[in-house]
Amino acid sequence: MMAQLVFYVFATVLLFSAVMVISARNPVHSVLFLILAFFNAAGLFLVAGAEFLAMLLVIVYVGAVAVLFLFVVMMLDIDFSSLRDGFQKHAPLGVCVGGVLFAELLMAFSNWKMAPANIVTPLNPVPQLTNTEALGTVIYTHYVFLFQACGLVLLVAMMGAIVLTLRERATGRRQNIDKQHARTVEETLELVQLPLGENVFESGGFLRPKGSYYETAVPGSYGSGNQAVAEKEENRP
Amino acid sequence: MTSAIAPIGIGPYLFVSAALLVLGVFGIFLNRKNVIILLMSMELILLSANLNLVAFSSAHGDLSGQVMVLFVLTIAAAEAAIGLAIVTVYFRNRGSIQVEDVTMMKG
Repeated sequence: MMAQLVFYVFATVLLFSAVMVISARNPVHSVLFLILAFFNAAGLFLVAGAEFLAMLLVIVYVGAVAVLFLFVVMMLDIDFSSLRDGFQKHAPLGVCVGGVLFAELLMAFSNWKMAPANIVTPLNPVPQLTNTEALGTVIYTHYVFLFQACGLVLLVAMMGAIVLTLRERATGRRQNIDKQHARTVEETLELVQLPLGENVFESGGFLRPKGSYYETAVPGSYGSGNQAVAEKEENRP
Repeated sequence: MTSAIAPIGIGPYLFVSAALLVLGVFGIFLNRKNVIILLMSMELILLSANLNLVAFSSAHGDLSGQVMVLFVLTIAAAEAAIGLAIVTVYFRNRGSIQVEDVTMMKG
């Protein structure tokens, strides 16, 4: 009885927040309702006995993905009201497609009996194992290649996101690897005797070694000595 | 076999999951212009798939479903990261995130 009550509370709030995600006027509210939806889905996972995945959902989604969404929504200066122009126009089509899909799913479920499964990895291989331990024994043995593929997918996604968003700033510098490998102590360190209260601008400023700054700067930036080009680049909208 | 969802049954889980899937599809139709909401709708669809997998895993007493959820979560996180990176780059280039504007590659 208690489990049913908990399930229906979580399910109701989950569906309500899913409705709010797609219908909220303010995208920030959408993201916040998405967080609520993931919390409630984690609750449903708990009811189904998947404790590790519930915690993973909270950590990965609420802690990382939802914050990423929030960050992008708040960072981009977008006029969101103009993005809702087609809201009324596409709604009937969406209702049709969604209604047909939902009716078909219900028809499929209504006349369906679960076939006996050939259990490969039993839920409780040893009775005293917790869900996390049982999952660990399966992941690192039976599904080790799948687990490695997960890591590969995340690596590729990370590289893709970095490559997509990287840009050469006008104020940026870059590595000159040959130069770094070939340098010696003499051209790296320079000891300067200064009288009290004097600065080092007369002897070339703080940049050491002299001249290396211009070689490693991005072409057309402040460092390469082309100030006018760099400032124009920086002020571009 | 004592499954955790025995007092509830698998039917309500499938119903909630189906409703979540339909809401995600409906959200894609409703917010045709806003890419960020589109990405959120896709997250909802993937979440409904996860809910199904967990429910069946619990009902069958088989741990494989939960491993699949782990994989789907990874894919969803990677997809969100790449999608938001594309949105950011697109906004930097065009100053808007209207889906209708994405016609630069049309011949």
